[in-house]
Amino acid sequence: MEQYLNLAIKAIFVENLALAFFLGMCSFLACSKKINTALGLGAAVIFVQTVTVPMNNLIYNRLLADGALAWLSPGLADYDLSFLGFLCYIGTIAAMVQIVEMTLDRYVPALYAALGVFLPLIAVNCAILGGSLLMVERTYTFGESVVFGLGSGVGWALAIVALASIRERLQYSNIPLALRGLGMTFVLSGLMAIGFMAFGGIQL
Amino acid sequence: MNPASTKTLLDPLFESNPIALQVLGICSALAVTSKMETALVMCAAVISVLALSNLSISILRNLIPSNVRIIVQLTIIASLVIMTDQVLKAYIYEISKQLSVFVGLIITNCIIMGRAEAYAMQNGPLDSLLDGIGNGLGYSVVLMATAFLRELLAQGTVFGAVVLPKVHSGGWYNPNGLLGVSAGAFFIIGLFIWALRSWKTDQVEAEG
Repeated sequence: MEQYLNLAIKAIFVENLALAFFLGMCSFLACSKKINTALGLGAAVIFVQTVTVPMNNLIYNRLLADGALAWLSPGLADYDLSFLGFLCYIGTIAAMVQIVEMTLDRYVPALYAALGVFLPLIAVNCAILGGSLLMVERTYTFGESVVFGLGSGVGWALAIVALASIRERLQYSNIPLALRGLGMTFVLSGLMAIGFMAFGGIQL
Repeated sequence: MNPASTKTLLDPLFESNPIALQVLGICSALAVTSKMETALVMCAAVISVLALSNLSISILRNLIPSNVRIIVQLTIIASLVIMTDQVLKAYIYEISKQLSVFVGLIITNCIIMGRAEAYAMQNGPLDSLLDGIGNGLGYSVVLMATAFLRELLAQGTVFGAVVLPKVHSGGWYNPNGLLGVSAGAFFIIGLFIWALRSWKTDQVEAEG
Protein backbone atom coordinates (compact mmCIF):
# COMPACT_ATOMS: atom_id res chain seq x y z
CA MET A 1 0.00 0.00 0.00
CA GLU A 2 2.79 2.36 1.00
CA GLN A 3 4.58 1.96 -2.29
CA TYR A 4 1.41 2.97 -4.16
CA LEU A 5 0.97 6.05 -2.01
CA ASN A 6 4.59 6.96 -2.61
CA LEU A 7 4.16 6.51 -6.35
CA ALA A 8 1.04 8.66 -6.34
CA ILE A 9 2.78 11.51 -4.47
CA LYS A 10 5.69 11.26 -6.86
CA ALA A 11 3.44 11.34 -9.94
CA ILE A 12 1.36 14.27 -8.70
CA PHE A 13 4.01 16.59 -7.25
CA VAL A 14 7.63 15.54 -7.68
CA GLU A 15 7.47 14.41 -11.29
CA ASN A 16 4.59 16.60 -12.39
CA LEU A 17 3.97 15.82 -16.06
CA ALA A 18 3.46 19.43 -17.04
CA LEU A 19 6.07 21.22 -14.97
CA ALA A 20 8.90 18.67 -14.73
CA PHE A 21 8.49 16.76 -18.00
CA PHE A 22 6.88 19.46 -20.16
CA LEU A 23 4.17 17.13 -21.40
CA GLY A 24 0.90 18.40 -22.77
CA MET A 25 2.38 21.89 -23.08
CA CYS A 26 0.35 22.91 -26.12
CA SER A 27 -3.00 22.65 -24.38
CA PHE A 28 -1.39 23.65 -21.07
CA LEU A 29 -0.55 27.03 -22.59
CA ALA A 30 -3.48 27.40 -24.96
CA CYS A 31 -6.38 26.35 -22.71
CA SER A 32 -5.32 28.06 -19.49
CA LYS A 33 -6.95 31.46 -20.07
CA LYS A 34 -10.03 30.67 -17.96
CA ILE A 35 -10.35 28.56 -14.82
CA ASN A 36 -13.53 26.85 -16.05
CA THR A 37 -12.03 25.51 -19.27
CA ALA A 38 -8.89 24.50 -17.38
CA LEU A 39 -11.03 22.54 -14.89
CA GLY A 40 -12.93 20.78 -17.69
CA LEU A 41 -9.78 19.86 -19.56
CA GLY A 42 -8.08 18.76 -16.35
CA ALA A 43 -10.99 16.46 -15.48
CA ALA A 44 -10.96 14.96 -18.96
CA VAL A 45 -7.21 14.33 -18.79
CA ILE A 46 -7.48 12.63 -15.38
CA PHE A 47 -10.21 10.39 -16.72
CA VAL A 48 -8.54 9.39 -19.98
CA GLN A 49 -5.13 9.00 -18.36
CA THR A 50 -6.51 6.67 -15.67
CA VAL A 51 -8.06 4.47 -18.35
CA THR A 52 -5.36 4.45 -21.03
CA VAL A 53 -2.20 3.94 -18.96
CA PRO A 54 -3.37 0.60 -17.43
CA MET A 55 -4.82 -0.36 -20.84
CA ASN A 56 -1.48 0.19 -22.57
CA ASN A 57 0.23 -1.59 -19.71
CA LEU A 58 -1.82 -4.71 -20.49
CA ILE A 59 -1.17 -4.37 -24.22
CA TYR A 60 2.57 -4.04 -23.66
CA ASN A 61 2.91 -6.86 -21.15
CA ARG A 62 0.51 -9.29 -22.85
CA LEU A 63 1.17 -8.63 -26.53
CA LEU A 64 4.22 -6.54 -27.36
CA ALA A 65 7.04 -7.16 -24.90
CA ASP A 66 9.82 -9.64 -25.67
CA GLY A 67 8.34 -13.12 -25.27
CA ALA A 68 4.97 -11.74 -24.19
CA LEU A 69 3.06 -13.83 -26.71
CA ALA A 70 4.12 -17.07 -24.99
CA TRP A 71 0.70 -17.36 -23.34
CA LEU A 72 -0.90 -17.82 -26.79
CA SER A 73 1.32 -20.70 -27.86
CA PRO A 74 4.91 -21.70 -27.04
CA GLY A 75 5.91 -21.21 -30.69
CA LEU A 76 5.31 -17.49 -30.37
CA ALA A 77 7.63 -17.09 -27.38
CA ASP A 78 10.51 -15.67 -29.45
CA TYR A 79 8.57 -12.77 -30.90
CA ASP A 80 9.44 -9.25 -29.78
CA LEU A 81 6.87 -6.82 -31.12
CA SER A 82 7.89 -3.85 -28.99
CA PHE A 83 8.79 -1.81 -32.09
CA LEU A 84 5.06 -1.64 -32.81
CA GLY A 85 4.58 0.13 -29.49
CA PHE A 86 4.02 3.69 -30.69
CA LEU A 87 1.40 2.64 -33.23
CA CYS A 88 -0.49 0.52 -30.69
CA TYR A 89 -0.46 3.09 -27.89
CA ILE A 90 -1.70 5.92 -30.07
CA GLY A 91 -4.34 3.59 -31.52
CA THR A 92 -5.50 2.60 -28.03
CA ILE A 93 -5.60 6.20 -26.93
CA ALA A 94 -7.60 7.32 -29.96
CA ALA A 95 -10.02 4.42 -29.54
CA MET A 96 -10.40 4.95 -25.78
CA VAL A 97 -11.06 8.64 -26.23
CA GLN A 98 -13.74 7.78 -28.78
CA ILE A 99 -15.35 5.22 -26.44
CA VAL A 100 -15.19 7.55 -23.45
CA GLU A 101 -16.79 10.25 -25.58
CA MET A 102 -19.66 8.02 -26.70
CA THR A 103 -20.24 6.64 -23.18
CA LEU A 104 -20.35 10.08 -21.63
CA ASP A 105 -22.67 11.31 -24.36
CA ARG A 106 -25.07 8.42 -23.69
CA TYR A 107 -25.01 8.24 -19.88
CA VAL A 108 -23.66 11.51 -18.45
CA PRO A 109 -24.70 14.17 -20.98
CA ALA A 110 -24.05 17.00 -18.49
CA LEU A 111 -20.37 16.15 -18.15
CA TYR A 112 -20.15 15.54 -21.89
CA ALA A 113 -21.48 19.01 -22.61
CA ALA A 114 -19.12 20.53 -20.06
CA LEU A 115 -16.03 18.93 -21.58
CA GLY A 116 -17.13 19.80 -25.11
CA VAL A 117 -14.37 20.03 -27.67
CA PHE A 118 -11.60 19.12 -25.23
CA LEU A 119 -12.45 15.46 -25.14
CA PRO A 120 -11.48 14.65 -28.75
CA LEU A 121 -8.45 16.95 -28.48
CA ILE A 122 -7.05 14.78 -25.70
CA ALA A 123 -6.20 12.09 -28.25
CA VAL A 124 -3.30 14.22 -29.44
CA ASN A 125 -2.32 15.55 -26.01
CA CYS A 126 1.23 14.42 -25.43
CA ALA A 127 0.66 14.09 -21.67
CA ILE A 128 -1.47 11.04 -22.43
CA LEU A 129 0.95 9.35 -24.82
CA GLY A 130 3.84 10.45 -22.62
CA GLY A 131 2.23 8.82 -19.58
CA SER A 132 1.96 5.53 -21.44
CA LEU A 133 5.53 5.73 -22.76
CA LEU A 134 6.94 6.54 -19.31
CA MET A 135 4.96 3.65 -17.86
CA VAL A 136 6.54 1.26 -20.38
CA GLU A 137 10.02 2.70 -19.88
CA ARG A 138 9.82 2.28 -16.10
CA THR A 139 8.29 -1.20 -16.37
CA TYR A 140 5.43 -0.58 -13.94
CA THR A 141 3.23 -3.49 -12.91
CA PHE A 142 -0.49 -3.32 -13.62
CA GLY A 143 -1.33 -2.03 -10.13
CA GLU A 144 1.39 0.62 -10.31
CA SER A 145 0.23 1.71 -13.73
CA VAL A 146 -3.29 2.38 -12.41
CA VAL A 147 -1.84 4.56 -9.64
CA PHE A 148 0.61 6.25 -12.00
CA GLY A 149 -2.15 6.99 -14.53
CA LEU A 150 -4.41 8.53 -11.91
CA GLY A 151 -1.60 10.40 -10.18
CA SER A 152 -0.05 11.88 -13.30
CA GLY A 153 -3.49 12.96 -14.54
CA VAL A 154 -4.24 14.67 -11.22
CA GLY A 155 -0.84 16.36 -11.29
CA TRP A 156 -1.39 17.72 -14.78
CA ALA A 157 -4.89 18.95 -13.90
CA LEU A 158 -3.53 20.64 -10.76
CA ALA A 159 -0.87 22.46 -12.76
CA ILE A 160 -3.24 23.75 -15.46
CA VAL A 161 -5.86 24.92 -12.95
CA ALA A 162 -3.20 26.73 -10.93
CA LEU A 163 -1.80 28.39 -14.06
CA ALA A 164 -5.28 29.45 -15.18
CA SER A 165 -6.00 31.08 -11.82
CA ILE A 166 -2.75 33.04 -11.96
CA ARG A 167 -3.47 34.15 -15.52
CA GLU A 168 -6.94 35.39 -14.56
CA ARG A 169 -5.35 37.52 -11.86
CA LEU A 170 -2.81 38.90 -14.29
CA GLN A 171 -5.39 40.58 -16.50
CA TYR A 172 -4.99 43.88 -14.72
CA SER A 173 -1.20 43.87 -14.51
CA ASN A 174 0.90 46.17 -16.61
CA ILE A 175 3.06 43.75 -18.59
CA PRO A 176 5.45 44.94 -21.34
CA LEU A 177 3.58 44.82 -24.64
CA ALA A 178 5.74 42.23 -26.38
CA LEU A 179 5.71 39.94 -23.36
CA ARG A 180 1.90 39.78 -23.11
CA GLY A 181 0.16 36.48 -23.73
CA LEU A 182 2.43 33.61 -24.61
CA GLY A 183 5.70 35.08 -23.36
CA MET A 184 4.31 35.88 -19.92
CA THR A 185 2.70 32.44 -19.69
CA PHE A 186 6.09 30.85 -20.17
CA VAL A 187 7.66 32.98 -17.46
CA LEU A 188 4.76 32.08 -15.14
CA SER A 189 5.14 28.37 -15.82
CA GLY A 190 8.84 28.75 -15.06
CA LEU A 191 8.03 30.28 -11.69
CA MET A 192 5.52 27.49 -11.01
CA ALA A 193 8.15 24.91 -11.95
CA ILE A 194 10.48 26.46 -9.36
CA GLY A 195 7.66 26.18 -6.84
CA PHE A 196 7.12 22.51 -7.65
CA MET A 197 10.85 21.87 -7.26
CA ALA A 198 10.27 22.30 -3.54
CA PHE A 199 8.58 18.88 -3.60
CA GLY A 200 11.76 17.26 -4.94
CA GLY A 201 13.08 14.34 -2.92
CA ILE A 202 9.90 13.79 -0.91
CA GLN A 203 9.61 10.12 0.01
CA LEU A 204 7.01 8.45 2.16
CA MET B 1 14.38 28.20 -56.70
CA ASN B 2 11.57 30.69 -57.39
CA PRO B 3 10.70 33.38 -54.82
CA ALA B 4 7.47 31.69 -53.70
CA SER B 5 9.25 28.47 -52.76
CA THR B 6 11.95 30.41 -50.94
CA LYS B 7 9.22 32.13 -48.97
CA THR B 8 7.59 28.79 -48.08
CA LEU B 9 10.96 27.55 -46.90
CA LEU B 10 12.21 30.56 -44.98
CA ASP B 11 9.07 32.18 -43.53
CA PRO B 12 8.74 29.72 -40.64
CA LEU B 13 12.20 30.74 -39.37
CA PHE B 14 11.15 34.09 -37.91
CA GLU B 15 7.97 35.40 -39.61
CA SER B 16 5.72 32.52 -38.51
CA ASN B 17 7.92 30.51 -36.21
CA PRO B 18 6.11 27.30 -35.20
CA ILE B 19 7.13 27.58 -31.55
CA ALA B 20 7.03 31.31 -30.88
CA LEU B 21 3.99 32.29 -32.93
CA GLN B 22 1.96 29.20 -33.72
CA VAL B 23 2.50 27.70 -30.21
CA LEU B 24 3.16 24.26 -31.65
CA GLY B 25 5.51 21.55 -30.42
CA ILE B 26 6.48 23.16 -27.14
CA CYS B 27 6.78 19.98 -25.08
CA SER B 28 9.84 18.57 -26.74
CA ALA B 29 11.32 22.03 -27.24
CA LEU B 30 11.61 22.36 -23.50
CA ALA B 31 12.48 18.84 -22.54
CA VAL B 32 15.44 17.96 -24.72
CA THR B 33 17.29 21.26 -24.53
CA SER B 34 19.47 20.76 -21.47
CA LYS B 35 22.29 19.57 -23.76
CA MET B 36 23.10 20.66 -27.31
CA GLU B 37 23.89 17.15 -28.47
CA THR B 38 20.45 15.76 -27.65
CA ALA B 39 18.81 18.88 -29.03
CA LEU B 40 20.63 18.48 -32.34
CA VAL B 41 19.56 14.85 -32.69
CA MET B 42 15.99 15.81 -31.80
CA CYS B 43 16.02 18.57 -34.46
CA ALA B 44 17.25 16.14 -37.10
CA ALA B 45 14.55 13.65 -36.12
CA VAL B 46 11.79 16.26 -36.21
CA ILE B 47 12.92 17.76 -39.53
CA SER B 48 13.01 14.37 -41.21
CA VAL B 49 9.65 13.22 -39.83
CA LEU B 50 8.03 16.57 -40.61
CA ALA B 51 9.37 16.73 -44.18
CA LEU B 52 8.47 13.12 -44.98
CA SER B 53 5.04 13.24 -43.36
CA ASN B 54 4.19 16.46 -45.19
CA LEU B 55 5.39 14.90 -48.44
CA SER B 56 3.48 11.64 -48.06
CA ILE B 57 0.30 13.21 -46.76
CA SER B 58 0.38 15.71 -49.60
CA ILE B 59 0.79 12.94 -52.19
CA LEU B 60 -2.15 11.05 -50.65
CA ARG B 61 -4.27 14.12 -49.96
CA ASN B 62 -6.82 13.44 -52.70
CA LEU B 63 -7.22 9.81 -51.67
CA ILE B 64 -7.81 10.38 -47.94
CA PRO B 65 -11.53 10.64 -47.08
CA SER B 66 -11.90 13.73 -44.96
CA ASN B 67 -13.83 12.14 -42.08
CA VAL B 68 -11.11 9.60 -41.28
CA ARG B 69 -8.18 11.86 -42.11
CA ILE B 70 -6.95 12.27 -38.53
CA ILE B 71 -6.44 8.56 -38.02
CA VAL B 72 -4.79 8.21 -41.45
CA GLN B 73 -2.44 11.09 -40.66
CA LEU B 74 -1.63 9.63 -37.25
CA THR B 75 -0.84 6.25 -38.78
CA ILE B 76 1.50 7.79 -41.37
CA ILE B 77 3.22 9.90 -38.73
CA ALA B 78 3.50 7.02 -36.24
CA SER B 79 5.08 4.79 -38.89
CA LEU B 80 7.63 7.48 -39.78
CA VAL B 81 8.43 8.00 -36.10
CA ILE B 82 8.94 4.25 -35.60
CA MET B 83 11.41 4.30 -38.52
CA THR B 84 13.27 7.28 -37.04
CA ASP B 85 13.34 5.65 -33.62
CA GLN B 86 14.79 2.43 -35.03
CA VAL B 87 17.48 4.37 -36.93
CA LEU B 88 18.44 6.33 -33.80
CA LYS B 89 18.57 3.17 -31.70
CA ALA B 90 20.74 1.44 -34.29
CA TYR B 91 23.32 4.18 -34.82
CA ILE B 92 23.42 6.43 -31.75
CA TYR B 93 22.06 4.27 -28.96
CA GLU B 94 23.44 6.42 -26.10
CA ILE B 95 21.73 9.59 -27.23
CA SER B 96 18.49 7.80 -28.05
CA LYS B 97 18.48 6.56 -24.42
CA GLN B 98 18.83 10.15 -23.21
CA LEU B 99 15.98 11.32 -25.41
CA SER B 100 13.91 8.56 -23.76
CA VAL B 101 10.20 9.03 -24.45
CA PHE B 102 10.58 12.20 -26.46
CA VAL B 103 11.31 10.50 -29.77
CA GLY B 104 8.01 8.66 -29.44
CA LEU B 105 6.31 11.89 -28.53
CA ILE B 106 7.12 13.29 -31.98
CA ILE B 107 3.89 11.48 -32.93
CA THR B 108 1.83 13.85 -30.85
CA ASN B 109 4.09 16.82 -31.55
CA CYS B 110 1.53 19.31 -32.73
CA ILE B 111 3.90 20.80 -35.32
CA ILE B 112 3.61 17.65 -37.39
CA MET B 113 -0.17 17.25 -37.15
CA GLY B 114 -0.62 20.99 -37.43
CA ARG B 115 1.37 21.33 -40.65
CA ALA B 116 -0.20 18.20 -42.14
CA GLU B 117 -3.65 19.60 -41.46
CA ALA B 118 -2.95 23.25 -42.29
CA TYR B 119 -0.62 22.88 -45.25
CA ALA B 120 -0.06 19.41 -46.69
CA MET B 121 -3.78 18.67 -47.12
CA GLN B 122 -4.15 21.66 -49.46
CA ASN B 123 -0.85 21.94 -51.31
CA GLY B 124 1.25 19.98 -53.76
CA PRO B 125 4.01 17.54 -52.71
CA LEU B 126 6.99 19.80 -53.50
CA ASP B 127 5.62 22.83 -51.65
CA SER B 128 4.63 20.63 -48.72
CA LEU B 129 8.12 19.16 -48.54
CA LEU B 130 9.59 22.68 -48.44
CA ASP B 131 7.04 23.75 -45.84
CA GLY B 132 7.97 20.73 -43.74
CA ILE B 133 11.69 21.48 -43.94
CA GLY B 134 11.08 25.18 -43.25
CA ASN B 135 8.97 24.55 -40.16
CA GLY B 136 11.45 21.95 -39.00
CA LEU B 137 14.19 24.56 -39.32
CA GLY B 138 12.12 27.15 -37.46
CA TYR B 139 11.68 24.63 -34.65
CA SER B 140 15.41 23.87 -34.72
CA VAL B 141 16.39 27.55 -34.46
CA VAL B 142 14.52 27.92 -31.17
CA LEU B 143 15.67 24.52 -29.92
CA MET B 144 19.35 25.08 -30.65
CA ALA B 145 19.36 28.62 -29.25
CA THR B 146 17.72 27.40 -26.04
CA ALA B 147 20.05 24.42 -25.76
CA PHE B 148 23.10 26.63 -26.38
CA LEU B 149 22.18 29.01 -23.58
CA ARG B 150 21.18 26.28 -21.17
CA GLU B 151 24.27 24.15 -21.68
CA LEU B 152 26.63 27.13 -21.67
CA LEU B 153 25.25 28.75 -18.53
CA ALA B 154 24.38 25.62 -16.56
CA GLN B 155 27.46 23.55 -17.32
CA GLY B 156 29.92 25.92 -18.99
CA THR B 157 30.19 23.71 -22.07
CA VAL B 158 29.18 23.81 -25.74
CA PHE B 159 28.60 20.38 -27.32
CA GLY B 160 30.39 18.93 -24.29
CA ALA B 161 33.57 20.99 -24.87
CA VAL B 162 34.51 23.22 -21.93
CA VAL B 163 34.14 26.93 -22.75
CA LEU B 164 33.70 28.42 -19.29
CA PRO B 165 35.85 26.46 -16.81
CA LYS B 166 33.82 25.82 -13.66
CA VAL B 167 34.92 26.92 -10.18
CA HIS B 168 34.94 23.48 -8.62
CA SER B 169 37.20 22.13 -11.36
CA GLY B 170 39.72 24.94 -11.02
CA GLY B 171 38.22 27.57 -13.35
CA TRP B 172 36.45 30.83 -12.65
CA TYR B 173 32.86 30.25 -13.81
CA ASN B 174 30.19 29.73 -11.18
CA PRO B 175 27.51 27.68 -12.99
CA ASN B 176 23.85 28.64 -12.83
CA GLY B 177 22.07 25.43 -11.91
CA LEU B 178 18.61 26.93 -12.45
CA LEU B 179 19.03 26.82 -16.22
CA GLY B 180 19.78 23.13 -16.11
CA VAL B 181 16.38 22.27 -14.66
CA SER B 182 12.91 22.62 -16.15
CA ALA B 183 12.20 26.13 -14.88
CA GLY B 184 15.17 27.55 -16.77
CA ALA B 185 13.81 26.26 -20.08
CA PHE B 186 10.50 28.04 -19.51
CA PHE B 187 12.29 31.32 -18.80
CA ILE B 188 14.54 31.13 -21.85
CA ILE B 189 11.67 30.40 -24.26
CA GLY B 190 9.63 33.17 -22.61
CA LEU B 191 12.47 35.64 -23.07
CA PHE B 192 13.03 34.41 -26.64
CA ILE B 193 9.40 35.15 -27.47
CA TRP B 194 9.71 38.55 -25.80
CA ALA B 195 12.77 39.38 -27.89
CA LEU B 196 11.21 38.13 -31.12
CA ARG B 197 8.02 40.09 -30.56
CA SER B 198 9.88 43.26 -29.65
CA TRP B 199 11.65 42.94 -32.99
CA LYS B 200 8.60 41.91 -35.08
CA THR B 201 5.97 44.01 -33.35
CA ASP B 202 3.10 42.71 -35.54
CA GLN B 203 3.26 39.41 -33.64
CA VAL B 204 2.19 41.01 -30.35
CA GLU B 205 -1.01 39.42 -29.05
CA ALA B 206 -4.14 41.51 -28.98
CA GLU B 207 -5.54 42.55 -25.60
CA GLY B 208 -7.92 39.96 -24.21
